[in-house]
Amino acid sequence: MRRALLTGNEAIAEGALVAGCNFYVGYPITPSSEIMHYMARELPKRGGIFFQAEDEIATINIAIGASWGGARVMTATSGPGFSLMQEGIGYAVMTETPLVVVNVMRAGPATGQATKPAQGDLMQARWGRHGDQVTPVLAPESPQECIELIIKAFAISEELRVPVIVLTDEFIAHMREVVEIPDRVEIPFRRRPRDSSETPFGSPDPRIAPPMPPLGEGYYVLVTGSTHNEQGYRDTRGFKTHFKLVKRLWNKIWLNIDKLFNYEAWGIEDLEIGFVSFGSTSRSVKKACKILRSKGIKAGYIRLKTLWPLKLKPLIELSERAKIVIVPELNLGQLIFDVERTIRNNVKVISYGKVGGGEPIYPSELVKLAIEVIEK
Amino acid sequence: MMLVDKHFSRKYLREETLPTLFCPGCFNGILINALSKAFEELGIEDLRRFVFVSGIGCSSWIPSPYIRADSLHTLHGRAIPVATGIKLAKPELEAVVIAGDGDLASIGLGHLIHAARRNIDIVTVLVNNYVYGMTRGQVSPTTPTELETPTTPYGAFEYPLDICKVIEATNANYVARWTIAHFTQLKDSIKDVFSRITRGFRFIEVIAPCTTYVSRRLGKTPADTIKDLLRESVMVNKAKSMKDKVIIGVFKFEDKPGYIELYRDYIKRAKLNKR
Repeated sequence: MRRALLTGNEAIAEGALVAGCNFYVGYPITPSSEIMHYMARELPKRGGIFFQAEDEIATINIAIGASWGGARVMTATSGPGFSLMQEGIGYAVMTETPLVVVNVMRAGPATGQATKPAQGDLMQARWGRHGDQVTPVLAPESPQECIELIIKAFAISEELRVPVIVLTDEFIAHMREVVEIPDRVEIPFRRRPRDSSETPFGSPDPRIAPPMPPLGEGYYVLVTGSTHNEQGYRDTRGFKTHFKLVKRLWNKIWLNIDKLFNYEAWGIEDLEIGFVSFGSTSRSVKKACKILRSKGIKAGYIRLKTLWPLKLKPLIELSERAKIVIVPELNLGQLIFDVERTIRNNVKVISYGKVGGGEPIYPSELVKLAIEVIEK
Repeated sequence: MMLVDKHFSRKYLREETLPTLFCPGCFNGILINALSKAFEELGIEDLRRFVFVSGIGCSSWIPSPYIRADSLHTLHGRAIPVATGIKLAKPELEAVVIAGDGDLASIGLGHLIHAARRNIDIVTVLVNNYVYGMTRGQVSPTTPTELETPTTPYGAFEYPLDICKVIEATNANYVARWTIAHFTQLKDSIKDVFSRITRGFRFIEVIAPCTTYVSRRLGKTPADTIKDLLRESVMVNKAKSMKDKVIIGVFKFEDKPGYIELYRDYIKRAKLNKR
């Protein structure tokens, strides 16, 4: 264990190295570039591969190739680059390719405000690919958690043969805090086939990813983004093959939700006013809850560390206890949809969206809002 | 009873996938044959040290599923980035891209130029059938002018791209163009990029006009097309002052270090650095 003063971006890079990442590919984009700089400095001297691609489409596809080549791969980007990567992420889902994609969110759409934070890519992270797919999405709130969740992201990606998305934002990316860095975390690589009875794209247990044959060893593996059977042969016509495949890929994530889903709760045993948030906004929520409690208002929060797949139970429990639920987010209202669909007992739900110019949601704003709605 | 030996190419193919789904007379079969012949003459027993990467389109079906080797059938236009990733992660593999003109010269052209610029150590075979064959023969960046296609019903009028010229202008080690009518030269080129030059970016364009959407539209049989190609092709050294010819031949033959070697030197430099 080492202690260091790191920004969120540096913590992502450091966490990835601790997790055994030996291949980084990326394209420069604000506010994620420091991750790339860190990896450009660190990977070559450790014998790893650092590669600056010609664009983000190349980036994601090089990452896919490298992963099949046996590397543990990460890339980091921001909104515009993340949009360009979507097709490739879908290909990684379909071909069950482990990799980690970090999206340091900035204000969009389009070029938007490149240097300013936002949380507007929540829905895109979940649903940005065409077709039926589910991709785990993790959201750290601090440099320390950047390390923890990037390690977790690699572990999930290797175990379930799936791309994992880590959503941070410009606040977390550039805030500097003391972090504790584990010396080395042993994350097992994707499993190889034991014998010829094991197929590269079929698994008797939907919760377990099929083994991933290495290239160049005579497995003659067929990888395709088209609908394929257990062996990898294309079947672009039949209902059964397609339904079986996408259902298995879907279940592979949803049936592992206990392993994947994680959240933090505070003060929810006894409360009038509840907050639901993720990422940097949670820091203001925590402060606001403490201020409200000191004023005698029973406030509590749920902070989602996993944004996808999402367990609704904690949100349902919150809405069963609270009178009012506030959902602050650095966008115009995305997480609110999840809260609204879990609401019970005529609880009042308030979306508090704000974005642009590097303006955070201040704790004082949340305190003021809470007091206003409670007094109404 | 006379025993007939299996055709030599069968050991390089996934026999269970045959016959191919290509149209009758499709020239992709000639390319498969040229590849097989080249492997055979090089004494390659099996293709386990090879990985084939293709995109979306008819020629991308050559390796996936027909060639018996590891293969990745990737997104449209993205075969070169995937092959780049594989080569970087596992340099001991021979990464071979087989894809069409729509894939490599249109949607993936940026990747092609950058791979050539980097002289990344992959072999790329661009199968130029002049159209988007899989989607019914729309105009592509290499379609000859005046060809009627579903998206140029009054005849193609854009200038076609001479892709070899583009690649020749980069740092690629090897650039050649042949037609499927020049079987021996094509086969020898394939042998060269796996034996005489074994590093850097090696690029072979194969002119293989789509028999369904080019030849037939021109009222020609595949055999007519082969005869036309023989008549219209002219070797690069003779072509200097000629017009309206298909210029064939080896345009570039160099053996400078590829990206993998450059990167290894870079790692050495990084390890010596105190930063």
